[in-house]
Order: sequence, then structure tokens, then C-alpha cells
Amino acid sequence: MPDFGKPTIEYVELIPLFVVFGAACLGVLVEAFLPRETRRVPQVLVTLVGLAGALGATIYVATDVDKHADGAARGLVGAEGSIIVDGPTLYLWGLVLVFGILGTALFAERRLEGGLSAFAGQAAALPGTEAERIAATKGLDHTEVYPLLLFSIGGMLLFPASGDLLTMFVALEVLSLPLYLLCGLARRRRLLSQEAAMKYFLLGAFSSGFFLYGAALVYGYAGSVSLSDIDQAVREGTADHTLLLVGIALLAVGLLFKVGAAPFQAWTPDVYQGAPTAVTAFMSAATKVAAFGALLRLFYVAFDAERWSWQPMLAVVAIVTMLLGAVLAVAQTDVKRMLAYSAIAHTGFLLTGVIGAQGSGELGDNQYTSLEGVLFYLTTYGFASVGAFALLTVVRDAGGEATGGSSWSGLGKRSPLVAGAFAFFMLSMAGIPLTSGFVGKWAVFTSAMSAGFWWVVLPAITASIIAVFFYIRQIRLMFFSEPDPDGAAAVTEPSLLTTGTVAICLAATLVLGIVPGPVLDLVVGAGEFIR
Amino acid sequence: MSLTPYIVLSAILFTIGSIGVLTRRNAIVVFMCVELMLNACNLAFVAFAHQHGNLDGQVAAFFVMVVAAAEVVIGLAIIMTIFRTRRSASVDDASLLKF
Repeated sequence: MPDFGKPTIEYVELIPLFVVFGAACLGVLVEAFLPRETRRVPQVLVTLVGLAGALGATIYVATDVDKHADGAARGLVGAEGSIIVDGPTLYLWGLVLVFGILGTALFAERRLEGGLSAFAGQAAALPGTEAERIAATKGLDHTEVYPLLLFSIGGMLLFPASGDLLTMFVALEVLSLPLYLLCGLARRRRLLSQEAAMKYFLLGAFSSGFFLYGAALVYGYAGSVSLSDIDQAVREGTADHTLLLVGIALLAVGLLFKVGAAPFQAWTPDVYQGAPTAVTAFMSAATKVAAFGALLRLFYVAFDAERWSWQPMLAVVAIVTMLLGAVLAVAQTDVKRMLAYSAIAHTGFLLTGVIGAQGSGELGDNQYTSLEGVLFYLTTYGFASVGAFALLTVVRDAGGEATGGSSWSGLGKRSPLVAGAFAFFMLSMAGIPLTSGFVGKWAVFTSAMSAGFWWVVLPAITASIIAVFFYIRQIRLMFFSEPDPDGAAAVTEPSLLTTGTVAICLAATLVLGIVPGPVLDLVVGAGEFIR
Repeated sequence: MSLTPYIVLSAILFTIGSIGVLTRRNAIVVFMCVELMLNACNLAFVAFAHQHGNLDGQVAAFFVMVVAAAEVVIGLAIIMTIFRTRRSASVDDASLLKF
């Protein structure tokens, strides 16, 4: 019988996690003890202070961590092996927290709806009823969204840092469950929003079932859920190989669903379109960061020795994902849905990076390893995506946000600033040189090329060209079309919260495109995963 | 004790669960099938824990139960809202978002 002992917890290095979860619990208490009218400001403050504190702590830990035992990676194995704080973890933590802060700012925006937030006044009131109208006239708000956001961010911090499959599963659920709820809380178009929540929930629960069964089979193979023990068992290769292969496939299903890769991409457009746009902005960036972090850790640390089994599988998934995303995006007339399909295409590009060359020995000068490439791509795509979705919230007509294609026509003549900023994000996503998207694409494609995956890079370039088509089409619609006389949308002036978010995203996209050096150094400095 | 029957049973339960998710139309039944899948995982975890003689799998089963309970809360809340709005919990009726 094994002994039960007191676990050692590395409190200093895990501070970012404690701060975020602590702030989330504090938010629940604020919800319980403050009267409804006065909750909003304290909630926003708790959220922002919590996230900023966690970001500060992450930076402190990042400057402080030592080299791990063998020197290839920096960081430490914490909480009895359950949480691994290494270079890539800290970089991903910083990224998730930054997107969290931007997301909070978008959540708190109230000028666009005339003094109300973008979330339902009372989610329990049925759409179109008297109760809903009363909630709106009283100016009620669901301030629960802030603690939900914090819990979700907490899960996103834990997900790429998990050192065993069980922690990874719990983190997966902690990040997903609040998101399911947030998706269903839109103030306008509530039927769409509720439908999005249900689809996301049912499919998400389905896919986490696959993840868990995969974890059970890999546990059966290795006799441990710890990633480093699994790595050892795979290298020894004595146990039943079928168990391992089926386990890897099922784990991959769970993770590929979260990143929205084909053939598990079906939820992405529906959920991105139905969810409140502030939630979509946050989710599109932060969930991808967290899920790719976990995907990389699982495949690079636990299944590294089994590379030949999973690389071709992910290569095929990458090809299908990017071609499907790009081709279907061409067929979209709704801007929000078009961005959702483009998110699928970007998942494919990121997967191209995941299968790339990992060791610096396989690379030439000025090339980046797959891990570095993917981390950089996540940064560039995240900022462009948050910025683009944030701009969707300000283009409105009488029915709320106007995302239908024709209502955007001629926007460049009426609001050159908004249209110009949107066009810039489009160009970055398309990967035009001098924007951040180009550097990101170049990094992941070269690393896949060095690993000999030219047959993935060729479709990737094809998909990029298709993608350029629909991004440019949107820009042409905004600048070179006559406004639709009956359905034209106008720009509602937002408060500093949305303007600031867009400005930060614009600045990041521009700077990462022109001088990517400092961030690339940061990515290279993050080093490797601890095995 | 041979392990095979337990693993086979868990695989059968998992398959029944996933086929149920794919074929049933009522959101509540779909959700019950997901729970069946999670319980199939629990059975596999516990059986493997017995085989390996360590507690990792049994601990995992406890965590899964807690997570499943949390999932029920969220899931029923979402399905309830949908049902109150539409007077139907059929997953085929919710079809405003497509293509």
C-alpha cells in the first residue's frame, strides 16, 4: 500500500495560478454579498487587478527560474509532478493573461448598447418576454461573467502546464465549462446564442469523453498518468503497442476538438457566430493558445519516441483543416462566420508548425524550431484575432452588431479608421509581408520544411493563397463598393475600453511585423519543455 | 484475475455511449450517453489500477466523478434554457446556425 504524505507545493512559482483562482473566488463572493446595482465596478476591478497581478507574477517567475537539471530547459516540476513551470509554460501564461486582460476590457464595454453590457440582463428570462424587457429597462447586468472568465483563464493557465494526464483533463474541463456558459449569455440574438452554447457543450463533453478514454488507455499502457513516466514507458516499448496507439488517437481527438481542427471543426463557426462577440474574441485567441500548449506538451514530452506514429496523422489533419477552413471561408457572406472559418484555416497552419523539426540540429541558420514557430504564430494570430473581433462589436445597425456582408460595403468611406484597422488585421491574417502574420507563417512553414514535410507545406501555401482571396475581398467590399442603401451599418463610438483593446492589438500586429526580433528572442529564450 | 473482461466491458459501454450521442435526438439523452462514456473511462481506469497495483487510476476515477458532476450542472442549465425558450429539447430543432 503506498503511503499518503503531505505534498510539496512550490507556492512562489505557482503564484500566477493562485492569484487567478483566488480572484475568481473573490469574484464569486462579490457576487454573493454586494447589491446588484453596485457589483459591476468591483467585479471589473477584481478581474483586472487579478489578471495584471498574475501577469506581473509570471514575469517575475520567468526572470527568476533556474535551469532544470540537465540544462536544456529552464523551470521546475511543481506540485509533486502535476504542474510543470518551464519556459514555454511561462510564455503561454503571459500570452493567455494578456488576452484575458483584453477580453475583460471588451466584456466591460457598455457604451455600445447604450449603457448596458453585451451580456443578457437576466439569462433566466425568456427571449421576447416581459421579464426580459423589465430586466433591460432596469439596466440589469450579469456580472457573473467576470468570475466565469477568471475560472476559464485559470483552466487555460493550468492546461499547458499540466504534468500528468489527469491534471490535463481537469484543466480541460475547468477552461471549457465557464466558456460553455459565457457563449449562451448574449443580450441580442439570444436564440442563436443559446443554440451555440448547447452545441458547444454537447460536442465539447463528447470530445472530452474521448480524451478521457485515451488517458485511461495510455495509463493502462504505461502504468502511470505522469507525462515523463509515459515517455519512459514508450521508450522502453515493452507493453502492448495497440493500447498506446489507440490511446494516442483518442487523446488527439480531444485536443484537436479544442483547437478546432478538421474533422472536429464543425462547432467552430456556429459557436463563434452565436456567442457574444466579446466572448468570441477572447475565446478565439486564448483557447487556441492554451490548447496548442497542451497539444505540444503531450506530443513532444509524452509521445516523443512515438513520433513516427503521430506525425503523419497530424500532417493529414493539418492539410484537411487548412484547405477546408480556407475554401469554406470563401463561401461565407457573414463577416463573423468568415473569421470563424479563417480561424480553422489558422489552426491548420499552426498544426503545420507542430509537425515541424524540433531539434536545432535539423535546422539551418536563422530558422526556428517548431515549438518556437508555433509560440510566435500563436502570439501574432491571437492579437490579430482579438482586434478583428473587437472591431466587429462597433459596426452596428438597429438590430445590434451588423455582421452580414452587405452591411459592411462602403464602410471605408464612412469610417476610414475602423475599416482601415480591420483591413490591417485582415492583411496580417493573410500573411502579407511587413505584418506579423507573415513572420509567423514563415516560421512555421520553414520548420515543417526542415522536417521534410514539403507535402504539407505545399497545401499550406495553396491554402494561404485561397485565404488571401477572401481577406482581400472583404477589404475590397469595405473600400471599393457603394454602400447598401437599405442595410448599411454605421460605427457606434465605443468607450476607451474597446478603443484601447483595438489600439493594443494594432500596435502589437504592427510591431511584430516590422521588428519581430525581441519577441522572437523571447520565444527562443523560452527554451524547451521539461521532460 | 484476468483484466480483459473489464476492459472489454468498458469498451462496449464507451461504444454504446458514443453511438448514443451520435444517434439520439433529445439533448438530455445525448448528455446521458456522454455520462455513460465517462463512466466507461472510470471502469477502465480502475481496472488498469488493479493491474498495475498503484492508485493513480483510482484517484483518476474520483476526479472524473467530480468533473462529471460539475458538467451535469452546466449541461442541465444550458439544456433547461433551451427547453424553456423552444419548448423542445431536441438537438435537431436548434438549427438556426448552419453552413
